[in-house]
Amino acid sequence: MKLQVSSQLAVLAMVELVANADRQLTVAEIGAKYGASSHHLAKVMHVLGDAGLVRAIRGAGGGYQFSGNARRTTLLDVIELFERLGPSGQDVGAAGEGTSEGLALHAVLREIDDTVRATLGSITLATFCGLMKRRQNEPSAPRSRPSSVLTANR
Amino acid sequence: MQKRSAKKPRRRVRPAAGATTRGAGGAPTSAGRFTIRPARPGDIPAVTALDAGITSLAKGPHWQDLLERSRARQTGHFFLVATSSANPDALLGFIVGEIRAWEFGSAPCGWVYALGVASGARGIGVGEALLDAIAREFRRLGMTKMRTMVAKLNALPMMFFRAEGMMAGPYIQLEKNLE
Repeated sequence: MKLQVSSQLAVLAMVELVANADRQLTVAEIGAKYGASSHHLAKVMHVLGDAGLVRAIRGAGGGYQFSGNARRTTLLDVIELFERLGPSGQDVGAAGEGTSEGLALHAVLREIDDTVRATLGSITLATFCGLMKRRQNEPSAPRSRPSSVLTANR
Repeated sequence: MQKRSAKKPRRRVRPAAGATTRGAGGAPTSAGRFTIRPARPGDIPAVTALDAGITSLAKGPHWQDLLERSRARQTGHFFLVATSSANPDALLGFIVGEIRAWEFGSAPCGWVYALGVASGARGIGVGEALLDAIAREFRRLGMTKMRTMVAKLNALPMMFFRAEGMMAGPYIQLEKNLE
């Protein structure tokens, strides 16, 4: 399972904003933390803004603020603003389409897709922040992130 | 039965705001908005109605059987209810679970196999308090794991259990049609 960089950035930015709900964060601040380019992150924030999940506050001290419901917005809600996860039906033109082998392969892939969607669709941003805090409190959890967690996955 | 390592930090599970609880065999207190106590035979009609309101299936004999099992085999079987502190006859929710050992090779652990909260009592911490209460009972008997099973497409309970810190475990449920 691998998400597109935009989806990863969107989830990380949302979590950052939810965890810092009392202040605005700039694209540069979020980008610096996750090793993402401001240009790419700005595009991501624009999509999140259109979806009503963040609002931009202009002027000195401005930045982005979370404007959704962290207990109702799931990771799937965020990710599907950027990419489609799993086919809803059999892909037209897929190899083996119409054959019993193709149908069997489709059934297996569907099973995987269903699990992925169920997992991402059941974890809200609030739950994810809680998970993150629990991980931080575990004695063996790494205390600092690598400087560029995203560029490594590009 | 598993024993907890003395060196392992014990995670403290606190009752949700508004709840007062006692152990499965103890008498309840009633200082909060709702009270959690072991189920009694007189609770079964309300449990059946609450569950039927969620699942559209009235399963009275099933709940009666689970209650009898929890009362007959005190150790490891739990059937708890949450009632309104203001109106003790008003059932707000229930939870049923038990300790199961070596199923599918699994070491003993607590299983939650039913949890229901009345639609009018949601969002005030009843489900969380019930889950905390049964977790305390499991922990009291030495369990270090608690499991449950949820339909993948049933978003509400999935989100609830996730919010309570539950994650996918090491088992996958498999099934086939029998023709």
